[in-house]
Formats: sequence, C-alpha cells, structure tokens
Amino acid sequence: MPKTSTLNLGTGTFVALGFAALFFLTTQTTSRGLSFGTPPHYDVTAKFDNIGDLRVGSPVSMAGVEIGRVVKIDFDTREYKAVVTMRLNDKYNLIPTDSDASIYTQGLLGGKFIGLTAGGAETYLKNGDQIDFTQSAFVLENLIGQFLANFAKGSGQSGSASSKTDAPAATAPAATEKTK
Amino acid sequence: MKVIKELWQSLIDALIGLGSVVRFLLRMLMVTPGALLRFDLIVQQIFNSGALSLVIIMLAGLFVGMVLGLQGFTLLERFGSEGSLGVAAAIGLVKELGPVITALLFAGRAGTALASELGLMRATDQLSAMEMMAVDPIKRVVAPRFLGGVIAMPLLAAIFSVIGLYGAQLVGVQIMGVDSGSFWSQMRAGVDLRDIREGIVKSLIFGVACSLIAVYEGYYATPTAAGVGRATTRTVVTSAVVVLFLDYLLTSAFL
Amino acid sequence: MNQEAPIVEIRSLGYTVGGRPIFDGLDMDIPRGRVTAVMGPSGTGKTTLLRLITGQVRADTGSIDVAGENMRILKRDALYVLRRRMGMLFQNGALLTDLSVFENVAFPLREHTDLPERLIRQLVLTKLQAVGLRGAADLMPSELSGGMSRRVALARAIVMDPEILIYDEPFVGLDPISLGVILRLIRRLNDTLGLTSIVVSHDVREISTVADQVFLLSGGKVVASGTPQDLNANPSEEVRQFVGGLADGPVPFHYPAPEYFGELLARGEGH
Repeated sequence: MPKTSTLNLGTGTFVALGFAALFFLTTQTTSRGLSFGTPPHYDVTAKFDNIGDLRVGSPVSMAGVEIGRVVKIDFDTREYKAVVTMRLNDKYNLIPTDSDASIYTQGLLGGKFIGLTAGGAETYLKNGDQIDFTQSAFVLENLIGQFLANFAKGSGQSGSASSKTDAPAATAPAATEKTK
Repeated sequence: MKVIKELWQSLIDALIGLGSVVRFLLRMLMVTPGALLRFDLIVQQIFNSGALSLVIIMLAGLFVGMVLGLQGFTLLERFGSEGSLGVAAAIGLVKELGPVITALLFAGRAGTALASELGLMRATDQLSAMEMMAVDPIKRVVAPRFLGGVIAMPLLAAIFSVIGLYGAQLVGVQIMGVDSGSFWSQMRAGVDLRDIREGIVKSLIFGVACSLIAVYEGYYATPTAAGVGRATTRTVVTSAVVVLFLDYLLTSAFL
Repeated sequence: MNQEAPIVEIRSLGYTVGGRPIFDGLDMDIPRGRVTAVMGPSGTGKTTLLRLITGQVRADTGSIDVAGENMRILKRDALYVLRRRMGMLFQNGALLTDLSVFENVAFPLREHTDLPERLIRQLVLTKLQAVGLRGAADLMPSELSGGMSRRVALARAIVMDPEILIYDEPFVGLDPISLGVILRLIRRLNDTLGLTSIVVSHDVREISTVADQVFLLSGGKVVASGTPQDLNANPSEEVRQFVGGLADGPVPFHYPAPEYFGELLARGEGH
C-alpha cells in the first residue's frame, strides 16, 4: 500500500494521461481540429429525384473544398423527391442563390457527396433557403441500362426487352438537366 | 433424456446466476451515492485498477498498433492505397481494438486483482467483521472497487488507442515509407467524432461488465484458498466471453 | 432495564440448512452481565447460534430476542443500530489487512462517529492499553502473531463500548501463554466494563475457569446447563463424554458404515 501522496500522484498522472489521450484522439484524428462545439452555421435545402446512397453526414463541398455536411434527408410525398438539408459553415456565406447542387461520387466507387457550383446571382443563400437547380446521383444500373439500350438500337434491333426507360438518370456532370 | 435434463438444469443455473449478478449490480448502484462521498477510497481504486495497469496496456497498445501498421500496409499496398493506412488504423483502434483488447487485458490484470482481494477478505472473515461492526461492506469495500474500474477503463482504452496509433505510424510511415501527409490527412478526413464517441461508450460498458464480474466473483467466492483461485479464473473467462459478446451487440447497435 | 432479565432469550428456535435441522426447539437464556460459555462437539451449530444472535442469519421458527429486539423481524437499518451495541471477536481476528493496528481499532470510530482526531487517538490507545498492545499501534496485521491479532481484534470490538461481547472460538491455535492472556482479558473486560460476554468454545478446561454459566449443546438442543461445577457433577452420558474427553459414547467413534466383516470379504467390489 503506497503512501497517500504517491497514490494521489500516481492516480492523478494516470487520469491526466487518459484525458490527454482522449483529447489527442478527438482533435488530431478527426477533421475537427481544435475547435470546440459546432461552428456557426446556416441550413439550406435542395430537392433531388434520386440521391443514390447519399447519407446524413456526407460532405458538401464547393470547388473541392468542404464547406458543410448533410444533416437531414427527407422525402417529399407530393413531388416524390428527396429533400436534403445541408448545414453550411457560416464562413462560406457568399454562395449565390442560383447555384446548383449535384451529387457526385468520391473516387471511382466511393461514397456520395454534394458539390455546389456557383451561379451568377447577386443575392446569397441564407438560412432556410432552397437551392433550385439540382442534379441527381449517378446510378450505375441506369447507365448500364442506357448503354445496353443504345447498343441494341445501334445494332439495328428494335429496342424492346433490353431497354430501360428510367427517368432522370443523368450520366456525366456535363449534361446538366435542370429540374424544378 | 438425461442430457436434456442436464441442459435444462444448466439453463436454470445460468438464469439464477444472471439474476444474482443483476441484483448485486442494483445493490451497488443504490449505495453509489453514499460511496462517492468517500472519494479517497475511489481514488485509491482508480490507482489500483488504472495506474497499475498502465504498463501492460501501453506495451500491448504499441505492439498491436505496430502489427496493425504492418498488416494494414501489406494489404493496402496491393490496391495502391497505402495512404489510407492512417484512417484504417485509427478506425480499427478507436472503434474496436482499443476498447476490446483493453477490456480483455483489464480483466486479466485488474479484474483478477479485484476478485482475489475480495475473495481473500471473504475467506478471512473481514467482510463479516465489517458487517458486525455495522459497516456495509458493499458501500465501503465493493462499490469503490467497482467505480474505480469503470472510471479507469475508458481512460485506459484511449491510451491504448493513442499508443497504438503511434505504433502504426512508426511501422507505416517511418519504416515502410507511407507518406506522412496522406497518413494523417486521410485519417482526419475519415475519422469522425462519432467514431470516437462510440469507442468511449463501448469501453465504458466494458468497464461496467468487467468490474462487475470481478467484484461479484470475489464477494461471493467460496471462503477457502481453492475457492478464491476458482473465483479469479472465472473472472477472466466470464469477462472475456461477455466482452466479446457485448462487442458484437454494441457494434451492430451503432451501425 | 431489569437487571435480572436475560439479555438473550431464545424460545423453541428452529433453523434448518439444506434439509438438515440444526436447531429444533432450542430454549436458552443468556444472563446479563455475566460470562456465558456455549460448548459442544463439532458441528452442533455453535457458530450458527452466534450468527442467529448477531442477525447474520434468520431463524425459521421460534423466537430469539437480543437486548429487547426481536431478531426475526428486525430490518437492516435497525439491525445495524443493534450491532453497534455488540462487539464480536472472530476466530482468526479478521483484521483489515491493509490498515495498521491503530487504524483497525479506530475503524468503527471513523465510520460511525464524528469524533475529532485527538479523541479518536486517545480512545484507540486506551483500548490497546487494555489488551496490552499499545506499543504495537503502528504494526500491520501481517506482522502480528495469532495471539496478538486476536487481542487487537478484541480492542477493536470494545472500542465502541458495546453491551454484549461475543467470542467465536477464541482459543483455537493459541499457545498456553496467549491462551492465558485471552482468558484473563475475557474475565477482566467483562467485569470492568460491565459487559455480557458470550464465548463459544470447546476448550472445556480453559473456559471453565472464567465462565459463570455454561450451556452444552448437542444434537441441536441444550443437553446441560449450569455453572462449570454443575457440569462436572452432571451424570448424563453426553455430558460425561464431552467433559471427560472420551473417545466413544453418545457421539460415536465410528462414522456410520456397513458391517465390517462383510465389507472386508466383499473383495473391493463396489469401491
């Protein structure tokens, strides 16, 4: 049984080490860094025909820089569209109201994220605004279906069994389909 | 027929045992407010369970981290993704290896110490003597040990994870040549506060389980030398099985 | 409090463990202010009786009153209050191994009272002086001999000035000198502190020198009671065997076994 002072020193050191480890883990291994609590933010929404496997917590970026996160995913039962709520860092508050939001894939087969491309309006997005110009996620099956359909058409056969008519499965970011 | 009867009896025994443990836990929780008043006792137990386990936890963390770095690197190299070693090691340690391995080592070092201490006190009538002096041994002796273990466990797991990360970094970056920038930046991008929170919750729950099993076995040990020995053995075995089982439950609950 | 009323009254006590009746209709009165010895062969439940008196176990039938409290219905909190009026000396002392001798004796004071440190120190040293171990106050239990740890345990048992002092086999394993010391202490403390002492033992010769009243238990009942002299003169077979230390009698020498000759001839079948 060590002396009381040794005991206290030992326990104190141990607890201090433990909390230091926790501090290290939370600040050095996450993207949080040394910030405490959630930074000031504002929320905007956007509606998509198909969000693919976009999840709550997926990043929102602009020009490749992460400016926020997806915080809520809802379903609009009248328009049959997905309603995504994005929480953007207050630091980035000069996003034009006519910007568009598209769902991209990280890497080749990675998770989904939302990319914003700036529009030209003079007014900027504030808390509660909705982004009107959206482009849905790229769904692999639809692309394959389209490819097969084109292939079938191309070889002169009437497109029947192998054609898939699916609504708004856009292919590449180049073909922007503006939906309202 | 006899086999079925024996199985049935084992089931009944297991249920009785489970009920006994739960009632013991409830009794301890009831005296916890009073036990917290004797903070000096709890500090002493945090020292016994935590500070004295530091060496083995840090050693284990270092080696596990190094192996993780080595294996992870070899695997990821096949896909050209060595840069992801950081995030792989961090997630693996913080969410799984840290809490689980720390709990298993805790059961072996601190758990057996708790069980044998209490078992010895039982065998030498110290617990009965306390009862006779109108001092509740659960409040005075058992609860501080339980609380000390619960407090020490998450701290130990965090230390394990940090040292493990260092080990992974040591092997991956400094020995195998993974780019240090990628190692840390991918980790920062891929690890969320939620992952760390899940890890802490896991190790807290493991702490409750291991400490509870240890003090229970010690308190109810048969008051002989052989009985105390059996109690310590049972502590390790039961703790290991329960921790691994809870790990599956918690992991699936979090996902 | 009536000076003559017994401090422990037991009527028709019944207690069974695992189907085996330990006590069946036990009657006993333990007088106040005297040294009472409870004796009997091994396994008759002497220690169990102590546990019934201290409330560590509860009787099945009958009544048992200790210092006016009905032990069969006493709740935990009231039981703890009652226990502060009792002191118990366990067979092996049962000192707390991580506390020094001083701290062990001070333990009840620290747990139950708010006395200032100075006062605690004086009380502890006084009690240690009474058992002759004031000089050992800073030793740890592991450094004490068997007799010494029992004396420290005794000091601890009297530190709260109890009314009843219970000794569970205090002479086991002691050398003659330590034994004599304990005997003297039992008598001295009982008289100077006005206690009631209950001693469970099977050392007939030793305890007879200090006991005022003796109960002999066998088969879960009191088979003899009275002063040590009464017991010596008692003609009953059970008493004769116990007091005289006879190998065979009502408590048989042979453990129950099948017929001897028959078992030898069976050539080890079934073994």
